[in-house]
Amino acid sequence: MEPFQIHKGLVYPLNRSNVDTDQIIPKQFLKRIERQGFGQFLFYHWRFDDNGHPRKDFSLNEEKYNGASILLGGENFGCGSSREHAPWAVQDFGFKVIIAPSYADIFKNNCGKNGILAIQVSEEKVHELMKRAENDQYHLTVDLAKQLVFDDTGFEVSFDIPAYSKEMLLNGLDEIGVTLNYEDKISQYELSVGA
Amino acid sequence: MQKPKNIIEKIWEQHVVHHEDGKPDLLYIDLHLVHEVTSPQAFEGLRMSSRKVRRPDRTFATMDHNVPTRERHVIKDLISKTQMDTLKNNCEEFGVSLADIHHPDNGIVHVIGPELGLTQPGKTIVCGDSHTSTHGAFGALAFGIGTSEVEHVLATQTLWQSKPKTLNVKVNGKLGLGVTAKDLILAIIAKYGVNFGTGYVIEFSGEAIRALSMEERMTVCNMSIEAGARAGLITPDETTFAYLKGRRHVPKDDEFEEAVAKWKFLASDEDAAYDFTLEIAAEEIEPQVTWGTNPGMGLPVSGSVPDPSLLEKPSEREEIKRALDYMGLEAGQPITSIKIDHVFIGSCTNSRLSDLRKAAKVVHGHKVHSSVTAIVVPGSMSIKLAAEKEGLDTVFTEAGFEWRDAGCSMCLAMNDDVIPTGERCASTSNRNFEGRQGNGARTHLVSPEMAAAAAVAGHFVDVRKFAAQEVL
Repeated sequence: MEPFQIHKGLVYPLNRSNVDTDQIIPKQFLKRIERQGFGQFLFYHWRFDDNGHPRKDFSLNEEKYNGASILLGGENFGCGSSREHAPWAVQDFGFKVIIAPSYADIFKNNCGKNGILAIQVSEEKVHELMKRAENDQYHLTVDLAKQLVFDDTGFEVSFDIPAYSKEMLLNGLDEIGVTLNYEDKISQYELSVGA
Repeated sequence: MQKPKNIIEKIWEQHVVHHEDGKPDLLYIDLHLVHEVTSPQAFEGLRMSSRKVRRPDRTFATMDHNVPTRERHVIKDLISKTQMDTLKNNCEEFGVSLADIHHPDNGIVHVIGPELGLTQPGKTIVCGDSHTSTHGAFGALAFGIGTSEVEHVLATQTLWQSKPKTLNVKVNGKLGLGVTAKDLILAIIAKYGVNFGTGYVIEFSGEAIRALSMEERMTVCNMSIEAGARAGLITPDETTFAYLKGRRHVPKDDEFEEAVAKWKFLASDEDAAYDFTLEIAAEEIEPQVTWGTNPGMGLPVSGSVPDPSLLEKPSEREEIKRALDYMGLEAGQPITSIKIDHVFIGSCTNSRLSDLRKAAKVVHGHKVHSSVTAIVVPGSMSIKLAAEKEGLDTVFTEAGFEWRDAGCSMCLAMNDDVIPTGERCASTSNRNFEGRQGNGARTHLVSPEMAAAAAVAGHFVDVRKFAAQEVL
């Protein structure tokens, strides 16, 4: 996993609540056996019509959002299935950060395992950011060590993140490698319960 | 005296391998279920790091998401075939048991776990699938995980998990005749929304829950995730023990009695506290139909599609407008006026023998409406056989249903069972998201009985009016 420290990027606002994993990556694209290459399928049926042409009425297709790397979402972002293909698609498309008022548990967890920083801030703050990013090309900086999101004009908001998740992200740690250091304890546990 | 504990806390504490303040606990996983869609990258990860599966004996795999339900051995979609072949090769290489498409145990992962007795009270159970919550029906702590965590469990048989908050959903009273476990869970989600369970594990309790059969309990727990809760569970009782007795992986004879004695201790202590409690009156629940694009957008069958213009909050107005647009429905339209093109009876929510029996009873002696295509997809090959022994297949096919082989099928349409764009399906599955059953497909979630009645009528009907009392 790539370490995550500071990121500055263009914000793409997706002003919808309950964006589910079937929208993030439709099931016909879950058949690949690799981790890479899912970005082209991100929000597929919102981005493309039945003939595979970009839909004019979906904002991610607007030129001003080309190269966006911070995804601004609504409430309960990533609800639905446990498919990790969803964060893989988000990441492969170029997003490194998601900011939303709330997330579905499994999706948020999956983001962390892939080095995507899923930040939770209040609905009011998200609303404010939505307005800025809908009107213009808008950039934010995210500093994980300081747990801060800010822009160049004085907007600033802090966010919470569990210490464990922060450490994993900052250092880009291989979680399995970390856990294997507890091998003795795992074996002991198995012995103690007869597993 | 020790602080009283609820069942969630008890199971949790029994599985902590390592605890450090301020960090997630390292939790031992008793059973890891695996399927073809969310595992290939995990096995590849092991291979790249030269790691092994730590406990192949606690890992069990099946093929379900991609499996065709007609001519199941002929997989025309080459990418699907690759995914299934990959699972087979991975299981061989890493020594994991697999119920592949040729195996008599094959079926939907959340159907065969309980069927084979792999699912047991007090266990921690994970699978790379959000409907793993199903297994909570047995008083297990069961939740869905992503592929990185699948790899983590394969390699270490553990997961780092933060202790969840606990939510007691207490359902008082009795469900009315013709009102099912599916209606119960749909009504709860319609009332409290698709994220009231986020961050929680739910314990379902109360008189109405105790009265449910194991298969009905699975339906309820299955949809915990549609309320945002990764897991939902029910304290094991005599109903649970009777279901488990004699199943292949369940302890036998004296060992079974010992296990039961242990399982009884899992019940929440009398004064156990929860972070939150909700109480629901079972009598108030009617048969449900969802009208929108998430499982919380549901109504009693006697209701009418909501009118977004009556809502104050602009974001909610917009969401409902979008949903109605996608679903091709008019604001204020009665649910019973919605005509359907397809019926799907199946999925890990409602494809067990009792689901099929109940649907068959409603269908018996009727014909599927001329404008409706209806299919029944049993949850496992053994359910299919058992249903055929009882003649259920004949009831369905004589009525005009197609009788298929087992698999996830039209619940998520990864195989070739797909609803065409713009067409409408009454479905016993768990998600009505945009495009779930096919690009542009419109899904209405219902119980097997309601699906069966709609198949005959060609539109939604209250099954309590449609069918005679003795049928319900």
